[in-house]
Amino acid sequence: MKITDIIHFVMQALSGYRTRTFLLLLAMAIGVASVVLLTSLGEGARLYVTQQFSSLGTNLLIVLPGKNETTGGAPPMMGAVPRDITLDDARALQRNSYVRRLAPLIVGSAPVSWQSYEREVTILGSTADLYGVRQLSLSQGQFLPPLEMDRAAPVCVLGYTLADELFRSHRVLGEWVRVNQYRCRVIGVLGDEGMSLGTDMGDVLIMPVASAQALFNAQSLFRILIEVTQAEAMERTQKFVIATLRERHDGEEDVTVISQDALLATFDRILGALTYTLGGIAAISLLVAGIMIMNVMLVAVAQRTSEIGLLKALGAARHQILMLFLAESALLSLLGAMIGLALGFLGNWVLQQYFPDFPFTAPVWALWAAIIMALMSGLIFGLMPAKRAANLNPVVALNG
Amino acid sequence: MIELKNASRTFHVGDALVHGLDDVTLHIAAGEYISIMGPSGSGKSTLLNIIGILDALDSGEYILDGKHVNSLNESHQAQLRRDKIGFVFQSFHLLPRLTAAENIALPLTLAGVDKKDREQRVAEVVAALDLTDRAHHRPDQLSGGQRQRVAIARAVVTRPRVLLADEPTGNLDFASGMEVMKVLEDLNKQGITLLMVTHDANLGARAQRTIRMLDGKVLA
Ligand SMILES: Nc1ncnc2c1ncn2[C@@H]1O[C@H](COP(=O)(O)OP(=O)(O)OP(=O)(O)O)[C@@H](O)[C@H]1O
Ligand SMILES: [Mg+2]
Repeated sequence: MKITDIIHFVMQALSGYRTRTFLLLLAMAIGVASVVLLTSLGEGARLYVTQQFSSLGTNLLIVLPGKNETTGGAPPMMGAVPRDITLDDARALQRNSYVRRLAPLIVGSAPVSWQSYEREVTILGSTADLYGVRQLSLSQGQFLPPLEMDRAAPVCVLGYTLADELFRSHRVLGEWVRVNQYRCRVIGVLGDEGMSLGTDMGDVLIMPVASAQALFNAQSLFRILIEVTQAEAMERTQKFVIATLRERHDGEEDVTVISQDALLATFDRILGALTYTLGGIAAISLLVAGIMIMNVMLVAVAQRTSEIGLLKALGAARHQILMLFLAESALLSLLGAMIGLALGFLGNWVLQQYFPDFPFTAPVWALWAAIIMALMSGLIFGLMPAKRAANLNPVVALNG
Repeated sequence: MIELKNASRTFHVGDALVHGLDDVTLHIAAGEYISIMGPSGSGKSTLLNIIGILDALDSGEYILDGKHVNSLNESHQAQLRRDKIGFVFQSFHLLPRLTAAENIALPLTLAGVDKKDREQRVAEVVAALDLTDRAHHRPDQLSGGQRQRVAIARAVVTRPRVLLADEPTGNLDFASGMEVMKVLEDLNKQGITLLMVTHDANLGARAQRTIRMLDGKVLA
């Protein structure tokens, strides 16, 4: 029997039992669509985080207080209280020629008010270099002026949403806002940055680091962000930072330096694993669909015994009957997989309309895996019914 | 053409043994027209199924056109059945989802004949059996007589040497029955070996020879 004839024959059988065919296609399609959607979700999360990190800027080193045994993780929660990182430490690090830009960072929170409007806002204390290191943009005015690190100045830059909510349509630049008991003049407004690493950059107030130290009455830095001149120099600079700070901290290695790459790799691993897990969970529905195919094909064999008997009387050999019924479940699962892919892509498209920032993209491996798994489950679960059909006694089948 | 030697086929029904065929020895020459008669349960269908290689003997020998059927494997038996045998059943056994022409083409499709040759062969038998204007109807749009003619067309489209008909007129009114008989007898005149099971003594008498059966035995 020719392959085109087999397909034609099977298609006629499938369209002859519409409800059954529809239900099986649906089951398989749902299985495949859920693989597509769930892996898209995982892959989307991975891409999203990757994007967030890349928006931080390239060749970035982050220095934080406290020694962490494993690189690339969070700073230790317990153990000895580490020595603070100070502005003097930051200044010492700036002297290396591989350091292109360096931004000390203090983070806190304080009420910010203008006229009768007031709200609690994240305060960032840093220097002019933060602009380049975090790859920020401005919608109005200018960023912090290039001052010596220990020079305070009564100026500040507002996040986009904060400026909008405090001032509405009022002119922003040159206005004085109150931050706790201090006052500062607004010299710039950030562009619409969105979220960056958990901080809503729309809702911040940025001031010179020395001013923030005074505001929070604290000397210690939260982070030092360092942009290295070239990727090849990352490791060398990392070693330099650790050595320099150890020397300055009485020989104690009590800081952690993480590179953006290491962080990225960690998240990439975690979220990659998440994608596989989600794909695996979705694959269970493919298995269920396969079992459904087996059930329904068994019923089909029972319903079509006289047809099978006839085919044998017309000269069909055992292996031909086996082939015809296997082809039927394989075709069902393949068609179902195609419909499932279409549904999955449609679902991705719809979700994308609702969450435009989140990249819903099914990984290519998941598409192949879904199709192959669908086909395999069709074949494996179709084998038993097909064998049963092939083994039917034609005399009994014709009379039944 | 057909040779059975001490052929037996026994069925186990519960604890009891039922003789479908009991030590049957039989010779049928090519081109013969034979009717098979006997009471219900006497083994007529069993005989046809054995001759048509749908069923196998427990003991004895069956030689079809010089080939020892017993010793062939399953796929060779299927091939022999496809090449040499045509079946016509009382209840037609047409696939309802296929058109008359597609039903007729089915044995050729199974044999892997390509589409062009298939269409040509189908067109020939359709014309010969006067079914041209019904070729693209489905079975439920055909009368009983037409359905049986489609079934006969399907049985002979592979140009078999032997045509086995198990009560081919059993489900038909008299007129359609006579129509079908004429078709079968015309085919026999063109050379096909025709074996027909019937309960109707008048029809049975039309054959060149009648095989009478009782309890699985062929009466002399
Ligand atoms: N598959 C089977 N299993 C068990 N017994 C069977 C089977 N096929 C036939 N028989 C028995 O073998 C005997 C002969 O059956 P067969 O069908 O050949 O009779 P028949 O002459 O064709 O009868 P009818 O005129 O009713 O069609 C019967 O007793 C029947 O019950
Ligand atoms: Mg019978």
